[in-house]
Amino acid sequence: MLNMGGKVNILEHELVPRHEIVPPEEAHKILKELGVEPWQLPWISLNDPVVRAIGARPGDIVRIYRKSPTAGTFIAYRYVVPEVTKKS
Amino acid sequence: MTSVITNRVAKIKFGILSPDEIRKMSVTAIVTANVFDTDGAPIDGGVMDTRMGSIEPGEVCPLCGNKRDSCVGHFGHLELAKPVIHVAFAKHILAYLKATCSNCGRVKVPEDEREDLLKLLKDLEELKLNYLKKRLHEYIRRRASTTTTCPHCGQPTLEYKLEKPHTFFIKTETGFRKVTPSEVRKHLEKIPDDDVRLLGGDPQDARPEWMVLTVLPIPPRQVRPSVILETGMRSEDDLTHKLVDVVRTNIRVREHVESGAPEQIIEDEWELLQYHVTTYFDNEVSGIPPARHRAGKYLKGVAQRLKGKEGRFRGNLRGKRVDYSARTVISPDPNLSINEVGVPEEVAKKLTVPERVTPWNIEFLRRLVLNGPDKWPGANHIIRPDGRKINLKYVDRKAAAESLEPGFIVERHLLDGDIVLFNRQPSLHRISVMAHIVRVLPYKTFRLNLLVCPPYNADFDGDEMNLHVPQSEEARAEVRVLMLVEKHILTPRYGGPIIGGLQDYISGAYLLTSKSTLLTKEGVARLLAPTGYRGPLPEPAILKPREYWTGKQLISLFLPRDFNYRKTSTIGKASVLRCIDEDCPHDSIIIIKNGVLLEGVIDKSSIGREEPENIVHWLIKEYGENVAREFMDRVYKMFIATCEMYGLTMSYDHLAIREEVKKAIYDIIEEKKSEVNELIKLYREGRLIPRPGKTLEETLEDEIINAMSKKLLDEVADVLTQHLSLTNPVVVMARTGARGNPVNLAQMSGLLAQQTVRGKRLSRGYEGRMLPHFKPMDLSAGARGFVARGFVDGLDPLEFFFHTAAGREGLIDTAVRTSQSGYMQRRLINALQDLVVNYDGSVRATSGEIVQLLYGEDGVDPTKSDHGKSVNVDRIIEKYLKG
Ligand SMILES: [Mg+2]
Ligand SMILES: [Zn+2]
Ligand SMILES: [Zn+2]
Ligand SMILES: [Zn+2]
Repeated sequence: MLNMGGKVNILEHELVPRHEIVPPEEAHKILKELGVEPWQLPWISLNDPVVRAIGARPGDIVRIYRKSPTAGTFIAYRYVVPEVTKKS
Repeated sequence: MTSVITNRVAKIKFGILSPDEIRKMSVTAIVTANVFDTDGAPIDGGVMDTRMGSIEPGEVCPLCGNKRDSCVGHFGHLELAKPVIHVAFAKHILAYLKATCSNCGRVKVPEDEREDLLKLLKDLEELKLNYLKKRLHEYIRRRASTTTTCPHCGQPTLEYKLEKPHTFFIKTETGFRKVTPSEVRKHLEKIPDDDVRLLGGDPQDARPEWMVLTVLPIPPRQVRPSVILETGMRSEDDLTHKLVDVVRTNIRVREHVESGAPEQIIEDEWELLQYHVTTYFDNEVSGIPPARHRAGKYLKGVAQRLKGKEGRFRGNLRGKRVDYSARTVISPDPNLSINEVGVPEEVAKKLTVPERVTPWNIEFLRRLVLNGPDKWPGANHIIRPDGRKINLKYVDRKAAAESLEPGFIVERHLLDGDIVLFNRQPSLHRISVMAHIVRVLPYKTFRLNLLVCPPYNADFDGDEMNLHVPQSEEARAEVRVLMLVEKHILTPRYGGPIIGGLQDYISGAYLLTSKSTLLTKEGVARLLAPTGYRGPLPEPAILKPREYWTGKQLISLFLPRDFNYRKTSTIGKASVLRCIDEDCPHDSIIIIKNGVLLEGVIDKSSIGREEPENIVHWLIKEYGENVAREFMDRVYKMFIATCEMYGLTMSYDHLAIREEVKKAIYDIIEEKKSEVNELIKLYREGRLIPRPGKTLEETLEDEIINAMSKKLLDEVADVLTQHLSLTNPVVVMARTGARGNPVNLAQMSGLLAQQTVRGKRLSRGYEGRMLPHFKPMDLSAGARGFVARGFVDGLDPLEFFFHTAAGREGLIDTAVRTSQSGYMQRRLINALQDLVVNYDGSVRATSGEIVQLLYGEDGVDPTKSDHGKSVNVDRIIEKYLKG
């Protein structure tokens, strides 16, 4: 099943968990519930292939439905930032 | 006296002291290089000026009026005749010099861009995107440094160079010209505040020109106390010596300048001043000779006090020496409980526990006080309510005992039943430190039960361990509830027991529970005695011709009445035996119903350490760790007693095998050899089919190794397993999992088989062969490291050589692995140490960054889980349906 030269929709790949942009009102609620500022969530780079594929913008919060060996499906949140660099 | 100050440190900011700040915090200017007058009294204005703090006994600080125990010390300052570079900042200075215009001092970026960058910086700051901010500064610096003409004033900029450690140069047409620190400072002064910000600096607390010193702070005397030698001579601290040098040179520079000496002389003296200031800060700077004592020893600079393993950080702040601790060699004592530790009397007399006198213990404590410090159990000190401490060594103890009243505190010797912390390095996981109950014993070693060796990874070939005595009620309570050994039988690493039987415990358990073991009444008594069993004996399993009991009956005595358990024993796991059901002749399925061991031999799988779902594991889950600990303390002693009764031993004869078995093994070897020859023939004829991704040669080697090592050994082990009976103690040890495995047996009685280095057959050495004994390109087994004999027969010289080659690889591997994994461990711990599981189950870092919304994604404590699952449905069904 080689897709030579053709575009691949990574969102359809089995190993890519479902990502979705959380609407701002809901994001606000989630942050309040967790008692955190957006930057205290784990970050995801704007250049992340999935972030680009779903068209998230810096400042958005992305919800990820991850398959987990311990919990079945686990929901994680990521804060989209312009660029993630290594801690120096 | 004890008022609690509650204040939170909101943040800490590091900056550079400005000359004004240094002057402001100074209590005196240093004006003379003379330290003491002829009477030995400190001279005012010298580096030991008394105003900089009182350090002599009885001396009163002229500034704060405190004696030496409460004067905190006060800084002085030295006005430098000429500015000098602070070595630690040389690199930063260069960065500023390069990025800014030497003419107007602005960062070399165009005006319009500058505005944007400033705004972007402000935004990033507000969003707390510190990583990005750092990158932006780097970008600006790189851009500005490569610009050669100033976009603000249009002047061509000077090209700076730093010659380590602290000399700056400017490029001219003819080469490089040295720049004085004064010139450097002048350039730095020109940089506007906003431009400092652009480059990542902080104009408020770290103006760049402050990195060039014009005033030197002189640290308080407390920081550099003098010591009186035995000879009565006074010896000054290294820093004081260095400061005297600085002051002396500084005065000379000033004199030269004021007398209008030739430029060159001033410069030389100035250079010397720079050298002294540099080595005062750091005496290990590369590029300049370190300053020395007269004796030739290197002086310690400020940096040397902080740096390295013995430095202030690693030596004093992160690692501390403590009181109430002891260290000695460890040795085993199977008669102790796993919760206990044997403490030598000598140690117990030095370590103390503060015990408050109450009407209920006053008589007891009086007796201890009477015994004093040298007779155990005694006491070393009395602390009176007014805080005075009385050393019982030097007082009339009878009077001291009489004076005891409620409210006093007696520092009594360590007694049986006290709780202490016990530790063995390297402390890699939390079970490297556990709480034990003290048993004071004769002799000079710490003693521990063999069952707790695995968590500490201890053995008795000279290992030493540390012991610490908690000093407060809170500490003792916490330690007892959280750290006692029995609370750590299960490990969070894999949710199974880490503490458990090993070696003789397992052999003993097998021997005791095997079907052939029948015990007379005397035997039963001998086995039950060490367990402390006091109940009635069960009905004997055999009544006639004599009364006999089985080992299984004895085990059942200690199982809870409603305990059910079922597992395959380690013996039953051997593939050749194919044990599936309860009727197997090897008695290999363990069945416990209603607290009675009905069937099956107890071995590694049911009582071994690091064996999930062993009996102890289920006892803890269903009855609590106290019941499990008691089981371990009592029943395991019976296993050892069985070994003693049986006389478990091992000798050469146990490994020597009969001729016919030898023949069978020989046949297997020959068969494999011809297989290999067949492969080589195929290869030579070009009929060998290469495996995917491998060359023909690699395929051949793989096939040969496959045939000659694991497969061959397994086959030989199977033959041996069938021929060696379980009456052979070596076989008992291997098959029950006590020590060794069937492959080890095969290597001793059979053959060592193929030796490898880096997973390849041995081939390096001569061209096309390993040793000159072989023909070049001989691919046969014998020429490539195949050893056809075992340790019982002995190896021939060639085989011995092969074996050492492979053996060395193992040694190197372990040496490399331990150092690498140790470093990795440190890194991991540093990265993870302040993650906390919060009350909502989330894992967060120090400033509230979320790492995981729910710990482990399911919020389950692995210690209490079942192989990571929160419930084991099978076990519950089993328990309630069959029970
Ligand atoms: Mg050792
Ligand atoms: Zn003082
Ligand atoms: Zn300029
Ligand atoms: Zn069987």
